[in-house]
Amino acid sequence: MIPKSGNRFSDKIMLKQEDRAVENLRGFGMKKILTSLALIGLVAIGTGAAGTGATAAEEAHNAAAPTHFPIDEPKEMDWSFTGPFGTYDKAQLQRGLKVYKEVCSACHSMNLVAFRTLSDLGYSEAQIKTLSAEYTIHDGPNDAGDMFDRPGKPSDYFPAPFANEAAAAASNGGAAPPDMSLLAKARGIERGFPQFVFDIFTQYDAGGPDYIHSLLTGYDQTPPAGMVIPEGTHYNPYFMSGVSLKMPKPLSDGQVTYDDGAPQTIDQYSRDVSAFLAWAAEPHMEDRKKTGFRVLVFLLLFGALVYLTKRKVWEGVAH
Amino acid sequence: MSEGHSTYTPKTGLGRWFDARMPLPRLVYDSFIAYPVPRNLNYAWTFGGILAIMLVAQILTGIVLAMHYTADTNLAFGSVEKIMRDVNSGWLLRYMHSNGASFFFVAVYIHIFRGLYYGSYKAPRELLWILGCIIYLLMMATGFMGYVLPWGQMSFWGATVITGFFSAIPLVGDWIQQLLLGGFAVDNPTLNRFFALHYLLPFMIAGVVVLHVWALHVVGQSNPTGIEVKSKTDTVAFTPYATIKDAFGMIVFLFFFAYFVFYLPNYLGHPDNYIVANPLKTPAHIVPEWYFLPFYAILRAITFNVGPINSKLGGVLCMFGAIVMLFLVPWLDTSKVRSAVYRPWYKLFFWLFVADAILLGWLGSQPAEGSYVFMAQMATLVYFAFFLVALPVLGLIETPRRLPNSITEAVLEKNKGGGGHPSGATAAPETKG
Repeated sequence: MIPKSGNRFSDKIMLKQEDRAVENLRGFGMKKILTSLALIGLVAIGTGAAGTGATAAEEAHNAAAPTHFPIDEPKEMDWSFTGPFGTYDKAQLQRGLKVYKEVCSACHSMNLVAFRTLSDLGYSEAQIKTLSAEYTIHDGPNDAGDMFDRPGKPSDYFPAPFANEAAAAASNGGAAPPDMSLLAKARGIERGFPQFVFDIFTQYDAGGPDYIHSLLTGYDQTPPAGMVIPEGTHYNPYFMSGVSLKMPKPLSDGQVTYDDGAPQTIDQYSRDVSAFLAWAAEPHMEDRKKTGFRVLVFLLLFGALVYLTKRKVWEGVAH
Repeated sequence: MSEGHSTYTPKTGLGRWFDARMPLPRLVYDSFIAYPVPRNLNYAWTFGGILAIMLVAQILTGIVLAMHYTADTNLAFGSVEKIMRDVNSGWLLRYMHSNGASFFFVAVYIHIFRGLYYGSYKAPRELLWILGCIIYLLMMATGFMGYVLPWGQMSFWGATVITGFFSAIPLVGDWIQQLLLGGFAVDNPTLNRFFALHYLLPFMIAGVVVLHVWALHVVGQSNPTGIEVKSKTDTVAFTPYATIKDAFGMIVFLFFFAYFVFYLPNYLGHPDNYIVANPLKTPAHIVPEWYFLPFYAILRAITFNVGPINSKLGGVLCMFGAIVMLFLVPWLDTSKVRSAVYRPWYKLFFWLFVADAILLGWLGSQPAEGSYVFMAQMATLVYFAFFLVALPVLGLIETPRRLPNSITEAVLEKNKGGGGHPSGATAAPETKG
């Protein structure tokens, strides 16, 4: 089946027709054919790389009518929770919760977050009881078959500001404000090549918080001359799906009172609420990264031992 | 290789009693201990074992996840979040399962490319190869349906797009699509049948894996030289030699897997899938899971009609054709030499094909507009040219390099010094890891 030695195959192949075809090809220069085939492949693949640049160039001009969003890439912030040993900054999460409670929660629900989980933010059981009791929960039916209102308990979830999605949309210009429980994982701008390769090594996992922070601090900018901003929307170059969004600028300096001395600025509010939303979306992040470190150290040590064993087993066996 | 006599001799009375009635220990002994493997297998050959543990890991995590999951359009998304937040170590199970699917595909792609590089599909291993292709198809169906279960935006719209392919088939297309969906659009019946099938298909995969391993044990493993085993000196016993080498390969693979599970669990996913499915709101870009992207790029590359075939049907035909190519590889390749090691031109075209597949994957993630479309068309052309032109033609015109007479000769030649192991030539034999 397999030629025994490296004789030129024309000596080996017996079929006359095949021989002739091969000779013809030879006459033409087999190497030439192969080289040109390989070149065609390379060119096709090369067009790929070149085309990327071309597409990027197409996007660049016409600032008044951009076709790709967001107009500006989100700014990369320094978060306490990124990296292999990242942890949530409890004080920051508490401030973020305050911003959510006093500002965001007027329109945005957070249906998946239970009060009991706020212990992650450093609150005691008693504090959580007090906090949840501030909310009114619609419950029922009771023994008489009636629905009733009662103060919240730690096992309750954050109540939604609107009765249903239609009501939320009706009160907000036709678009319901998104639920915030998973917002920090449900947003993120595509990073593009080669950035997405580097992200593996830098463990970039803050696409959502970076986006939210940039969006919240991205109001108050003047749109480029000639840009059409639809009625009832607000220009924001960081918005991922258009030149403007329905949500008006939600935060202003001094709006929320901090009692820990943190600056009461839009930037600080945005950072804090973004960090809080990162926690809300991924409450077990610290546990995950801690476990991960142990798992990797274990695999490293175990792998080293198995590798040494393997060397011992194969000792003297050429392979 | 494994044909012929078994060397298993039970040592205890109980062992002999068992062996006379149901020789299961003998089967295990012959398959995983005494089984002879070529001595020159490199780490590319550890991916079979890696795939086996990934399948087991997916089934185990999947069964536990199914205990907490609810297949109902109103409850599915919430039940997954319940797993992530309230189930003990639920986040770990779910991230292992979702990233496990990705790493299952990483391993299977390396496994397939290894087969292509070393010509592992050639006689007498055609059936072994085809069984592998069937496993790959089943994996794709399982992966696709699994992605629908969390009922996020990409779940819903991915399912809508992919089941839409079937409506392109003439005459019976609409009927097939409705059968898949259980209705006219992706809805509760779709989710329910996808969940049932997502639970069923892995066991079918396990069944075909048994056939795959059986076929492997009949014809024996190929090896980097592509030369068949000729004598006892060409092989070593599966245990301890292959067992320990596979174990090390698995641990290295698990290291990368764990890195993603614990540090980048959402890197391979799409943010939109953390938004609950909304049939009234189409995402800006509908993108399938990364492991489907090359095929997705091929599907979208066909933007023109060819005679009676419209662009939609043409795209679907090309996409399925791209997979059919794999099934035909044993007969498309005309070369009598198996391994690319001895085929200088095939080696070049193989790596071009790998680059092309990666390019197609990247194009699949980009919007189908502007110059991307032309690039995808070129890359699709290269994809098919590899199978339909390069494989048959190269075998006829390429002059292979000199083949060693046996695996042992190849190994001894390699270890004589010179090529690749300068330190091994001077140092003691134990340095040859």
